[in-house]
Amino acid sequence: MIDAFILRALAAGIGVALVTAALGCFVVWRRMAYFGDSLSHSALLGIALGLLAGVGINAGILIVCSVFALLLVWLQHQHILATDTLLGILAHSALSVGMVVISLMEFPNFDLHSYLFGDILTVQRSDLMWIYGGGFFVIGVILWQWTSLTLMTISEELAQAEGVNTFVANLILMMMMTVVVAASVRIVGILLVSSLLIIPAATARQWARSPETMALTAAVFGVLAVILGILASAYFDTPSGPSIVSAAALAFFVTLGIQTTRGRTQHTGLD
Amino acid sequence: MSTDLIKADQLTVIRNRRRILDNVSLRIGERDFVTIIGPNGAGKSMLLKCILGLYKPDAGEIHRRKGLRTAYVPQELNAAATMPLTVRRFLSLRMQIKRDKLNSVAEQYGIAEVLDKPLQILSGGERQRVLMTRALLKEPDLLVLDEPAQNLDISGQLAFYRLVENIYRERQLSILMVSHDLHLVMASTQQVICLYHHVCCTGTPHVVSQDPEFVSLFGKDLADMMATYRHSHDHQHGPVDHITGHLHHGHD
Repeated sequence: MIDAFILRALAAGIGVALVTAALGCFVVWRRMAYFGDSLSHSALLGIALGLLAGVGINAGILIVCSVFALLLVWLQHQHILATDTLLGILAHSALSVGMVVISLMEFPNFDLHSYLFGDILTVQRSDLMWIYGGGFFVIGVILWQWTSLTLMTISEELAQAEGVNTFVANLILMMMMTVVVAASVRIVGILLVSSLLIIPAATARQWARSPETMALTAAVFGVLAVILGILASAYFDTPSGPSIVSAAALAFFVTLGIQTTRGRTQHTGLD
Repeated sequence: MSTDLIKADQLTVIRNRRRILDNVSLRIGERDFVTIIGPNGAGKSMLLKCILGLYKPDAGEIHRRKGLRTAYVPQELNAAATMPLTVRRFLSLRMQIKRDKLNSVAEQYGIAEVLDKPLQILSGGERQRVLMTRALLKEPDLLVLDEPAQNLDISGQLAFYRLVENIYRERQLSILMVSHDLHLVMASTQQVICLYHHVCCTGTPHVVSQDPEFVSLFGKDLADMMATYRHSHDHQHGPVDHITGHLHHGHD
């Protein structure tokens, strides 16, 4: 009764939701949301160059986003401009150059819309390999570095003093995000990748009492949003990315409503 | 026969063509209590980084006693804004500590009642005590503190320095502390190092506070610093003026 492409999309989406949950917590804790957004914008250039070079869009995204992250780190060390300015410059120039390349090349059967917002019809077996291969790698690295990354989030100086190489740890987080962007582009699209990192984690924050339960809760909300979004996308023929993000946003606001009326919204430190 | 815990020889750090540290030497022996004082941007944190082995100086040498255990108390937690984390979990992060030991240590440093509370809801003073507890759980030979009372109000500062003093008395360790609050650490510290990229003067607090170089080099800067302090902490006005005056007039 359920078509094969929907099952494929569900498998892909659930994989994406699990990876983004683990990484998304660090994005929320370390205020990397804007970085994630910028990184995924630069993915359009990766798509263009990947198609142009014939290596496929996933590899193209991985390469361009890695270059983006390294360029950012290098520019940050020049201390010329603030990070958000640098991100704005890098993200929008990569997006623009990508768009220019795509317009010039006139790729056959190129549907920009599906790359921007995701399209479950485009999910192929090779994407599942990217998602589950990349996903296991990312989750493995994060679990391996979990306590170091957690300590670093609480105090960078303290982590350094206790022997954590925070420079490397930051770089690892950035690289993990490039993998996630490359893996999830088919499902959520480059414009909405970062919301799948942020929204489930932000929803989970309101229920969780420990970093670990926050990551697990984020995974639950992420998977629910993906299932709901993909089924809605198949049924109503809506783009999958926005459908998933709408479902995630719904969970966020319902949670917010519940926690506020209960009057036990935890102090988030964001006041 | 006691060997130095730390012996730093003529450390020089150059960054962006500026000499952050210029020929700074210092030694910390067993049971020493050394306080570094200096205006903002004087290279105090850089000196700590070099001593902790986090930054390699461009010139100079640092000798650490073999097997030296250091522990570090930072100025502030990153408020850990959005991470749900209890004090208990924070204290055992990257450390293997038995539950009983954690409880008894928490009791000892007056954080037993906040042990299962989220880190974010603690007061500044409680948070610093938690950081101190974490550092002491490592059973260090050398405790390094970087402006530990910077973000506390006056009574919090007093209480915190009293705690530092007690720890110094009761435990077999040395302390290296960066602090602006010379007047508050006067009683416990043995040696003060005035740093402004180079070591301006050094000695017992009493000697240093009367050193003309201290007054001429730090008098105005300290006053400025205290003024900044007052503006950023709008809930404590009177006492700060008192302290500024205090510092200027020295101690006798």
